Amino acid sequence: MRAIQAMLALEDGRVFRGRGFGARAEAAGEVVFNTSLTGYQEIFTDPSYAGQIVVLTNPHIGNYGTTPSDAEASRPYIEGLVTREFSPISSNWRSTEVADDYLERAGVPVIAEVDTRAVVRHLRTHGVMRGVIASGENLDADALVAKARSIRKMDGTDLASVVTTKTIYQWDANEPRNQTGDTLLPADDAAAAEPMHVVAYDFGIKQNILRMLARENCRVTVVPATTPAEEALKLNPDGVFFSNGPGDPEPLEYAIETVQKLKGQKPLFGICLGHQIFGLALGGKTYKLKFGHHGGNHPILNHETGKVEITAQNHNFNVDPESLPADVERTHTNLNDQTLAGLKHKTDPMFSVQYHPEASPGPHDSHYLFRDFRKMMEEWKK
Amino acid sequence: MPRRNDIAKILVIGSGPIVIGQSAEFDYSGTQACKALKAEGYEVVLVNSNPASIMTDPEFADRTYVEPLTLSYLEEIIRVEAEMMEGRSGAFAVLPTVGGQTALNLAVDLADSGVLEKYGVELIGAKLEAIKKAEDRLLFKDAMAKIGLDMPKSQLVNSVSDGLAFAGKIGFPVVIRPSFTLGGSGGGIAYNREELTDILSRGLDLSPVHECLIEESVLGWKEYELEVMRDLNDNVIIICSIENFDPMGVHTGDSITVAPAQTLTDREYQVMRDAAIACIREIGVETGGSNVQFAVNPHNGRMIIIEMNPRVSRSSALASKATGFPIAKIAARLAVGYTLNEIQNDITKATPACFEPTIDYVVTKIPKWQFEKFPGGDDVLGPQMKSVGEVMAIGRTFKESMMKAIRSLETGKKATAADIEPRRLTQRLVTPHPDRLAYVRYAFEKGMTVREVARMTGMDPWFLNQIKQVTDEIKAVGAVGKGISAEDLRAAKRMGISDERIAAEWGLKSANEVRELRAKLGIHPVYKLVDTCAAEFESYTPYLYSCYDEEDEQAPTARKKIIILGSGPNRIGQGIEFDYCCCHAAFALREDGFETIMVNCNPETVSTDYDTSDRLYFEPLTLEDVLAVYEHEAGAGAEPSAKKNEIGMIVQFGGQTPLNLALPLKAAGVPIIGTSPESIDLAEDRKRFGKLIEELKIPQPEGAMATSVEEALAGANRVGYPVLVRPSYVLGGRAMVIAYDDQEVVRYMSTAIEYSQERPVLIDHFLESAIECDVDALCDGQDVVIAGIMQHIEEAGIHSGDSSCVLPAVDLSDDVLKTIREYTRKLAMSLNVIGLVNIQFAIQRGKVFVIEVNPRASRTVPYVSKATGVPLAKIGSRLMTGQRLKALLPEYVESGNDLDTGAHYFVKSPVFPWGKFQGTDTVLGPEMKSTGEVMGVADNFGEAFAKAQIAAGQRLPVKGTIFMSVNDLDKESVASLARTFVEMGFHIVATHGTAEVLESAGLQPERVYKVKEGRPNVVDLIKGDRIQLIVNTPHGQDTFFDEKAIRRAAVTARIPTITTLAAARAAAEGIAALQQGRLSVYALQALHASREAALA
Ligand SMILES: Nc1ncnc2c1ncn2[C@@H]1O[C@H](COP(=O)(O)OP(=O)(O)O)[C@@H](O)[C@H]1O
Ligand SMILES: Nc1ncnc2c1ncn2[C@@H]1O[C@H](COP(=O)(O)OP(=O)(O)O)[C@@H](O)[C@H]1O
Ligand SMILES: [Mg+2]
Ligand SMILES: [Mg+2]
Repeated sequence: MRAIQAMLALEDGRVFRGRGFGARAEAAGEVVFNTSLTGYQEIFTDPSYAGQIVVLTNPHIGNYGTTPSDAEASRPYIEGLVTREFSPISSNWRSTEVADDYLERAGVPVIAEVDTRAVVRHLRTHGVMRGVIASGENLDADALVAKARSIRKMDGTDLASVVTTKTIYQWDANEPRNQTGDTLLPADDAAAAEPMHVVAYDFGIKQNILRMLARENCRVTVVPATTPAEEALKLNPDGVFFSNGPGDPEPLEYAIETVQKLKGQKPLFGICLGHQIFGLALGGKTYKLKFGHHGGNHPILNHETGKVEITAQNHNFNVDPESLPADVERTHTNLNDQTLAGLKHKTDPMFSVQYHPEASPGPHDSHYLFRDFRKMMEEWKK
Repeated sequence: MPRRNDIAKILVIGSGPIVIGQSAEFDYSGTQACKALKAEGYEVVLVNSNPASIMTDPEFADRTYVEPLTLSYLEEIIRVEAEMMEGRSGAFAVLPTVGGQTALNLAVDLADSGVLEKYGVELIGAKLEAIKKAEDRLLFKDAMAKIGLDMPKSQLVNSVSDGLAFAGKIGFPVVIRPSFTLGGSGGGIAYNREELTDILSRGLDLSPVHECLIEESVLGWKEYELEVMRDLNDNVIIICSIENFDPMGVHTGDSITVAPAQTLTDREYQVMRDAAIACIREIGVETGGSNVQFAVNPHNGRMIIIEMNPRVSRSSALASKATGFPIAKIAARLAVGYTLNEIQNDITKATPACFEPTIDYVVTKIPKWQFEKFPGGDDVLGPQMKSVGEVMAIGRTFKESMMKAIRSLETGKKATAADIEPRRLTQRLVTPHPDRLAYVRYAFEKGMTVREVARMTGMDPWFLNQIKQVTDEIKAVGAVGKGISAEDLRAAKRMGISDERIAAEWGLKSANEVRELRAKLGIHPVYKLVDTCAAEFESYTPYLYSCYDEEDEQAPTARKKIIILGSGPNRIGQGIEFDYCCCHAAFALREDGFETIMVNCNPETVSTDYDTSDRLYFEPLTLEDVLAVYEHEAGAGAEPSAKKNEIGMIVQFGGQTPLNLALPLKAAGVPIIGTSPESIDLAEDRKRFGKLIEELKIPQPEGAMATSVEEALAGANRVGYPVLVRPSYVLGGRAMVIAYDDQEVVRYMSTAIEYSQERPVLIDHFLESAIECDVDALCDGQDVVIAGIMQHIEEAGIHSGDSSCVLPAVDLSDDVLKTIREYTRKLAMSLNVIGLVNIQFAIQRGKVFVIEVNPRASRTVPYVSKATGVPLAKIGSRLMTGQRLKALLPEYVESGNDLDTGAHYFVKSPVFPWGKFQGTDTVLGPEMKSTGEVMGVADNFGEAFAKAQIAAGQRLPVKGTIFMSVNDLDKESVASLARTFVEMGFHIVATHGTAEVLESAGLQPERVYKVKEGRPNVVDLIKGDRIQLIVNTPHGQDTFFDEKAIRRAAVTARIPTITTLAAARAAAEGIAALQQGRLSVYALQALHASREAALA
């Protein structure tokens, strides 16, 4: 009478049992948890999750179904989903497909009816680790644990070049599903101002970043992660953007070099992985957090305004503030653990944040950063 | 910005008596605020007329005024307090945002009347402009338009004709909302002109500014609430999102609500979040919590804003309990200058309060209604709140939390197909009604589809699908039977299905068999923490809930522990007085070094605040759930030493709810401390109790028991009419009537109630015109200390909870008092009371009868504690742990005196919800109807009574016309009363019977027709504002309807109505005091101190 057996096996030998949904496939990856209450579809489709199995702490997933315009990329990127309950139906006027079918189509397996809180507490105490989701009758726990141990570690792996676009393309802002559909964003006065051209490096870029740039009346050209600085400059942009993306920034030498070349040449803005690349390019170091920041409720202190913004976060690596040279200024701090959350160069026009001002999912408190980027480009043009 | 050091003193305004729409949640928020401000080192002054509240305990403020919440008394308090500050530095501030609508309205009055200015007092928390902008529906509308938020089309009207005109424009149905009333009093939905005329005229009358909003209806839309907080640095965070299970049209207070919101996409949610933030900024609530309500069209996502409350509310209490984020406490600290990032999150310690809680469970709130107590009242749910209390349950899933919430309601089988009327299925689904959820489940049992039910109820299909999953699961489990696999049984328990329900499906007599089966299969609940952060960070506060997942997070400690069972949802007859007692047990036993463990399911209360006890289990108070808690604490899974832990359970303080569990708990091996369950049972058991007091030679009204009409008639005639009939085992005198003849007994037996062999009907000879009094006493098995002998104002026959009473007794002879003390001692000792006992006596022609003995904490404990300054519940709980009265109250054990009340009189008066139940009769009787109580204190009885009446909202007149109509019993004594009134300058109007008596006594009353006699009649006079006070003692059946009409008219016209001569006499004394224009205010601490001094 119930769905098939499923199992989540972790590399340290801990296994959790549940029920299989989504694709009848096996998934392997680094297991992380996200504490957002809303926006599971945005999370499924965030390329930064490539190589990761995501545990969602909200026990009810799938309630409002899925819809193309809530996707952050052309397809889901999570390797697998772990949840407490997976809704058999979808209830929302915007929904076009039940989440279960959506993930099945995308080949993403789901393990539900798991004590997800126990999983989270395990990861919290022992740190993120590799794991495997499998479903079917008489599953062999030991074999799965062994398999988890055999997965390639994320640290030191270049995942960006795997998920990046293979070709240069223009972001079509007129396409309806490419608009934010957010009626309450501050009046879009940028529309009046002169258009700006932004070249956006795609390390696994979330589409809402592109939507937000477009809202700031920017024409956006998206380029592959490995595009050399010279190529980017040939497109003569007013500014260059470095996107979020999966995994460890350290192996991305090509990107670090690009930033070093463009530094001082053009206004630069980086988000998440982009921010980590800035950190490394400016001579800093990055390190891996015990279980990362993944959620929509992290308080960030803006040192300039002294105000707190509630932000969306999704990263396992972080820039070490101590390692940064004197000409780099700390602009934002995560109040939960005092980690560095934003930086800017004292003389060159470049700034970046560790979190996700484009939200989606998450609070809109930090949208202002896109306006700041626009202003920076306007200044630079004069 | 750190703490404001310019402020020295802060006046916190409480919310007054428990009424529908303003319940225990404001005791919780007020208590938190007082604690927080005191901890910050401010001088805290509190005013609240409600003696049952915990916040009015002397230790929570520097000076506590239990005084009427009216402008004049507040001004006097402010004057006195300002005077005390002369020559001292530092400013005086008022915090009006934790006392509900009452406090907010008072703040507006204080400002408008210039009092604040006059005494240089600053409003903190919310400024006047902000309050007005949020509360005045027109200003609010403009403000929302300004920030581009959509609202229903609406117009403010001050007359019925304008209302009809506007409704004509926008079309019916329309929603009527009076300005500045709480819980939407007087609001409604009109589907046609007649209804509009009716509701609107009532609404205009109830609105302090005679103003109503007529609004486009968005019935059937999804309803949401966001709890928002803002600090002086303009940081804004959302604490919790709440989704209403019942769509728009049912007041949020009457809706089943769920946290977090379940059916919003991130896009929709973030837009709502932005709107809430824009709203609080535009309204200008500088600091603290606010509540913003939205409606969303399920078909196209159109979102409109409904209202915002610029203060903590019922929902913020719910949100605090649902997330572990203490909104009121933080709001208080924000009000004195802190910013959110300067405040630490109590639960994680490591992280700041400036974040948005995220939860990994689901919370369901279900309201508790008591329409059965108000026959004739309309039980259809609408925009006006009618529930008297609520339960909350936490589960890992919606299914689990809903099922736990349903059984928390203590309505037993009600939530199943049991008393369903199939013919009414459609009507019950379409029309919002207290049993709608039960009908939804029934509809699925009957095979209706989610779509069909959604169409009829407007409930979101997602919720309905969840419910269907449960009903299907119950079917499946029932089909499998006792041979069920461990896996399947666990799956069922994971959906929150109770052992009892499973037992019923399997046709078992008791749930014990299911419990044993679970034990055999190793299926038991585990406990998880409420931690504000979905386990991202470690939590340091053991706030727990059960579920059937894998991991248990909180092993028991090896400490000595005491489990205290709370009282569950607020209801008439079992209100916050019992929560007060439970909290005090926790406070006292914690001081004594025990680990205190609270079990309760009422989100409004202080007892469910995570720092009231050492451990909080937010669980239903059923045998299954309480036993599970006990087994968990007794050491399941803990280090072996825990098994040997000393552990005890207190069932004495939570009212009837835990008492009903006492015997089964004991049978299951739970060590109950204090008075033994057997004694408790004996006191409730007529036969055995009757024998006991025969032995003790204590008179008791003749009694009988009946399980059939015949037995009832026989019994009634044996004990002699009039008789009092009622079911056994009920609190608050449910379904109790006074019968004067056989017909009435027959009617009662055949219609009023269901009874059975184990639950027979009780029949007592009814003692007419007897004085009743309540006695609270402490006993440790050796000594007895009498805490207070409270004389009721109304005579026996009016439920003790509905009668005003005074401490000390004003006119009981010393002999009577002596007898009462003697009986009390005898009963306490022979019942082996360890802790508190409450006894009710009736004195008829000098003879003292025992009416009932409750070997437990009573409704009057907090009131007596405040009057005497002795914390009865604390002492009671200490006695249960083996301490002695000799040690705790030596001087009283010595002297044998009652606890001292000094030179003052303390009058307690009830507050009734008549306004909420149009059409129900307001006459008092043996069945309790009041929702709350107030206290008035003064150095003379009259003034104390007057203050209590004022506090209760009875506007005693000092001049004008009094209408008198009394029954034959009262005719003898009515004349002297009337004369008193005349001498005080009142004009008397009377119906002929009464008028004749008065005339023969030499008075000249104006005669007036009864309703049926002709016109102009009494009701015409009342409607014409010709009458200021009504004295009407019921005549019994014949004239019944006449009187009912009078009393109804009086309620609508808000004219004080007195239904007993005893109360009328008291009123006369009170009015005399008012005529002298005396206005005294007392701080409890000062009263207690002066008494101490006198004693020493
Ligand atoms: N325009 C409307 N159409 C339908 N129902 C409404 C409308 N406005 C309010 N309601 C219902 O009335 C209830 C009470 O309205 P609200 O503005 O919240 O008053 P209160 O101050 O009593 O909370 C709401 O919870 C909602 O269910
Ligand atoms: N025999 C009686 N004669 C007169 N009044 C009575 C008698 N028994 C009960 N009452 C009245 O009914 C009220 C409720 O009865 P009680 O036994 O106290 O029930 P409860 O358990 O609800 O308090 C009492 O407060 C008293 O006023
Ligand atoms: Mg409301
Ligand atoms: Mg009683």
